[in-house]
Amino acid sequence: MAEAPEIIHTDDEVVLHAEKVSKIYPGTKALDEVSFDVYKGKVNVLIGENGAGKSTLMKIIAGIEQESGGELFMGGEKVHFDNIVQARARGIGIIHQELSLFPNLNVYQNIFMAREKTKNKIGLDNEQHIELTKKILARLEHPIDPMTIIGDLRVGQQQMIEIARNLIADDLKILIMDEPTSSLSEQEVQVLFKIMRELMADGISIVYISHRLEEIMQIGDYVTILRDGKFVASAAVKDIDVSWIVKKMVGTKKSYPQRKEKIDWSKRETVLEVRDLCLPKKGGGWLLDHVNFELKRGEILGIYGLMGAGRTEVFECIMGLRPEHTGDILINGEKIEIKNVSEQIQNGFAWVPEDRQREGLVQTMDIGKNISLASLKSYAKGILLNSAEEEAAVDQNIKDIHIKVADKRLPILSLSGGNQQKCVIGKGLLTKPKIMLLDEPSRGIDIGAKTDVFEIMNHYADEGLSLLVVSSELEEIEAIADRIIVLSNGIKTADMVKEEVTQDKLVMASYKGHTKAGRES
Amino acid sequence: MADLKKSQDNTKLIMMLLKGRTLIVLGLLVIFFSLATPNFLSANTMLLLAKHVALYGILAIGMTYVIITGGIDLSVGAVVGLAGMVAGGMIQKGLTFESMGVTVYCSVPLVILAAILVGAIVGLLNGAIITRFGVAPFIATLGTMYIARGFAMLHSNGATYSAITGHEALGNVGFTFFGGRIAGIPVGAIILVVIALIAGFLLTKTTFGWHIFAIGGNEKAAKLSGVKVDKVKILVYIFSGICAAIVGIITAAQLEASHPASGETWEMNAIAAAVLGGTSMMGGIGTIGGTIVGAFVIGVISDGMVMCGVSEFWQMIIKGLVIIVAVIIDQFQRKMEAKMALQARNESKNE
Repeated sequence: MAEAPEIIHTDDEVVLHAEKVSKIYPGTKALDEVSFDVYKGKVNVLIGENGAGKSTLMKIIAGIEQESGGELFMGGEKVHFDNIVQARARGIGIIHQELSLFPNLNVYQNIFMAREKTKNKIGLDNEQHIELTKKILARLEHPIDPMTIIGDLRVGQQQMIEIARNLIADDLKILIMDEPTSSLSEQEVQVLFKIMRELMADGISIVYISHRLEEIMQIGDYVTILRDGKFVASAAVKDIDVSWIVKKMVGTKKSYPQRKEKIDWSKRETVLEVRDLCLPKKGGGWLLDHVNFELKRGEILGIYGLMGAGRTEVFECIMGLRPEHTGDILINGEKIEIKNVSEQIQNGFAWVPEDRQREGLVQTMDIGKNISLASLKSYAKGILLNSAEEEAAVDQNIKDIHIKVADKRLPILSLSGGNQQKCVIGKGLLTKPKIMLLDEPSRGIDIGAKTDVFEIMNHYADEGLSLLVVSSELEEIEAIADRIIVLSNGIKTADMVKEEVTQDKLVMASYKGHTKAGRES
Repeated sequence: MADLKKSQDNTKLIMMLLKGRTLIVLGLLVIFFSLATPNFLSANTMLLLAKHVALYGILAIGMTYVIITGGIDLSVGAVVGLAGMVAGGMIQKGLTFESMGVTVYCSVPLVILAAILVGAIVGLLNGAIITRFGVAPFIATLGTMYIARGFAMLHSNGATYSAITGHEALGNVGFTFFGGRIAGIPVGAIILVVIALIAGFLLTKTTFGWHIFAIGGNEKAAKLSGVKVDKVKILVYIFSGICAAIVGIITAAQLEASHPASGETWEMNAIAAAVLGGTSMMGGIGTIGGTIVGAFVIGVISDGMVMCGVSEFWQMIIKGLVIIVAVIIDQFQRKMEAKMALQARNESKNE
């Protein structure tokens, strides 16, 4: 088990203290009694894998979400924020991971949205808005015309506006930055760090979430590590190094059904080959940068990487949702022309998307129909549906993959998350695919269902189905995959067979694409 | 334990009442009006009611398809007018080909076909604009509504084609059949029944029907499941256009005249009937049976109040209130269903 959490000893003043904060969503516990200190005038780094609960904790502190348990203290006084306005009144500002600007409005309108200056309490004082905007942007070394429409700015510039927006609050005490550098250039990052140092000199505390470990070593003062919604460790940055962070993030092993078979893959035929897959990013750069890989019959190939590393984009290219991609995709050695999803399903692909609710299920339809949706055509003569045949296939499917269903005519939302996920997988399997793409198949489901899902994957792989699996969870991907490739910043940074895989190697490779050396390699 | 069972039985009963609410309302309305006006329950009144209901009932069937996909079709009323004008014009004026200097009078089946084709073309246009150019259905069909109405007016410069009975000598008599009766039953009502049966069958027993539900329930998931979203949507708007054209033919035949303004605001009655019948404006939910009952509720309110001597203006107010109350109850039902689903989910967890 994990060693006892380490406590920091320091003389720095705590400006905000979170005591055993929990957040429960239906079906999952996103945060489990996490305590967290924000030190005055310091950079307090929060780090952890995807889904560790970093963003949830920040949203609670910023008043966007409300805690299900635990307490927040500021200056020894208990506080609670029902909304973002209350948090802001206490001097807490947040810069979101996904930009939350209004692309249709101009710079000063964005900066002063919901904190407008007025003349005689009615008319907008736009002269003052413009003047203050100019002042703040000059301080950020980004003299952008206040009248520019946000949508016309580069992403990096938009990030600066997002920061400027928080700086105009004159009583800012805590500024939360959720991956602010993910879209900035190296030069912009340095400007940002300079600004952060200035803010700290003014006594403003910064809470900083980043996936770039080297940045944390450069700018951070304190680091707190979360895993699976739980507090793992915290330390002063001067006392630790990158490998300490990686070790804490990874944690101890859980047991998942392992791939056991020893197969000589070199003798197996290649069913899918991806060559030089490139996907341009809006506003320059690449979401995918010359990615190459191949998939054998009956193989489970894991794709590991951080959020935004380009994993889902690989699937989107293969399924025909990204017509702007370049590069070749070959099935059984033959190059295919990718047109649309329905054709790709006929070509033998099945896709289990990442977001079950938004992309996987039709909430208004019952369980049975959700399962048969993708394969309906195969139960039809002409346009007439053969209900008996359809029901038999659905029943067999429910039995095959052990979906716990009282009655397949019940609404899909009456199932637990795990069984919903099995329905999405079952829907894919009913199309009799040769290659199945699973994007985070274990997200938001409990441990028992996870094991079931992995057993399904193992079983069908043994029967000759080839699987591509995206996962952010190290233990899982290590257990389930025969081979793992790592994507980082759109670049393939590692390709290792099961025997070579260690969690440290995976984590290191997942950051490699962000460093200069990684980009050039 | 017993309490739990009882409360579950209660929820089941409430759900049953909620699901059958439109039918219950229809029953109550019929009882009310038969008490208020002695003639209401007569065969004659009922047949007249069926004749009226047939018109927006058929429109509402097409509208139900569209609304289940998550769209809306505002152009149907205008298509009623346009299809009627095309049919009436072909019978009265014939088709003149100036280059050859001839005027051709078509037989009634060809006239019907032409009118239906016009409806299908407007539907195709709607579907194409919505799917190819990503225009919101409300806007796209608002546009085609004006266009179709404009063409209807242009067809005769705003005048009415009257007495469109055709001439024996020209071989184009028989159009008024659609406004007549067979064995005392209005032909329109018979057509309504036929279309309702076909539409209900298509919706529940074919892949096409289930794809309609899937698109309205979650378009993205449907697309990722291989449903040809664009194709299905285009077909649905074509179907709605054809329904509207059929109504145009029946209307013209009933009046024995084509008026370019006929069908104005009928799209609203069609939407109201679909919504009263439990079709969700969010898409993904709806039945043809429900829509037909909804159409009858509107019909009974209109006809019943006319017989009671209630002014047309009060009719509007009452219709509006009925629609709003129906949708409020609909929301209530959805919330309850969600609650029950959550309950079932928690119970399965405890097992």
